Amino acid sequence: MELLGLFHYWVFAILLMIGLYAVIAKRNLIKKLIGLSIFQASVFLLYITMGKVEGGTAPIIQTGSAEQLFSNPLPQVLILTAIVVGISTMSLGLGIVVRIKEEYDSIEEDEIQEANKQ
Amino acid sequence: MIELFGIFLLSLMVITAIAIVQTRHLFAAVILTGVFSLLIATNFFLLDAADVALTEAAIGAGISTVLFLSALALTDEHERSSSANKYVALAVVAVTSLILIYATFDKPRFGDPSAPVHQHVAPWFIENTSSQIGIPNMVTAVLGSFRGYDTLGEVFVVYTAGIGVLFLFGSRRTRQNGEPTKSGLDPSEGLRHYLIPRIVGRLLIPFIILFGLYVQFHGEYGPGGGFQAGAIIAAGIILYALLEGEKQALRVLPDRILTGLMAGGALLFGVVGIFGILAGGNFLDYSVLFDNPMTGQQIGILLIEAGVGMTVTGVLLKIFHAFAAREHI
Repeated sequence: MELLGLFHYWVFAILLMIGLYAVIAKRNLIKKLIGLSIFQASVFLLYITMGKVEGGTAPIIQTGSAEQLFSNPLPQVLILTAIVVGISTMSLGLGIVVRIKEEYDSIEEDEIQEANKQ
Repeated sequence: MIELFGIFLLSLMVITAIAIVQTRHLFAAVILTGVFSLLIATNFFLLDAADVALTEAAIGAGISTVLFLSALALTDEHERSSSANKYVALAVVAVTSLILIYATFDKPRFGDPSAPVHQHVAPWFIENTSSQIGIPNMVTAVLGSFRGYDTLGEVFVVYTAGIGVLFLFGSRRTRQNGEPTKSGLDPSEGLRHYLIPRIVGRLLIPFIILFGLYVQFHGEYGPGGGFQAGAIIAAGIILYALLEGEKQALRVLPDRILTGLMAGGALLFGVVGIFGILAGGNFLDYSVLFDNPMTGQQIGILLIEAGVGMTVTGVLLKIFHAFAAREHI
């Protein structure tokens, strides 16, 4: 259990950094957005991991059983809404990329900067 | 056993993420992102977050993949140039991840009930859900009632993002109906000529939408609610649009209705809040909506969840149609 917990956090750190790498090192705008979504997903994972209680169940009260241990509902609420907000803002980003492609005929960062210099 | 499965899933996620960043083929990267979302959704389920798992599976693996693919159709499928400052970036990322991993040793033990995160406001939510709201699903209770302000804000963010996409795509360069595209394929025809997707899709779509409605109206008792239901229903209708063509989908659910859903849902949420003030309570206080405060809370949650579901369905479908109607130049 101890190792699994640490493993969750390590995976969070690694995924966060994989996402960050795609955002800073890749020149393709769509790839940057994909990196951003990995970055976002890793934060979701961190929150949900922290909300887990050992031996707990999903926070839904079952009739009949008196003493129940629940996982923390609060991080789940925050992340649930964050996922939907995430896809909406991501599609706004994709919309901007499509408009950039229409104006510059490219979605590569260096080519866009080159076109801007001229 | 579950621990082993968890470690297996997490490792698969890391491998998938590396593959996503490595590949130059954006189509493959997008499909792998769908796989990644499905893996993380399964992992959320193992961590007792059934509501979140449902949302992530519908949004991440379904709608997000479709939106990325429609953006790819309008841009480029291949990544051309190589990475910028690859070694600097790698160094930054490596150092930061080492620091983050070092910091994890100070975090509370995984699943520790006495961790600070479980001490603050969460026990109050767990204790008071049944006595104040009277519904079994605490996630819905916190989302709809205890943290109603927050949810109202999120709904407006979703609505604003939808408007933003519509602004970006204006009316210019939108393909006229029937006008052929450059590739010669008319996307408004959909996959009508492909037998298997069409037959299987037709069988599935009614059940997807029925399940979406179940998730919407059963959200107080089981995992579900407006956000999940909106995503599932939108996914079902997007599938219909992919199979039968976009024109046919717009005939079934016209643009006007989608705009109405988008604005009407957010409006319904706000009106329920203001109705609380008029009935003598605070903004978004549902206890005053009915003689019995608990019934009032349940009515309020039902109404605002309906509003959330309407806005999410409307916005996601509007965004999809905006991408699909754009002409490739």
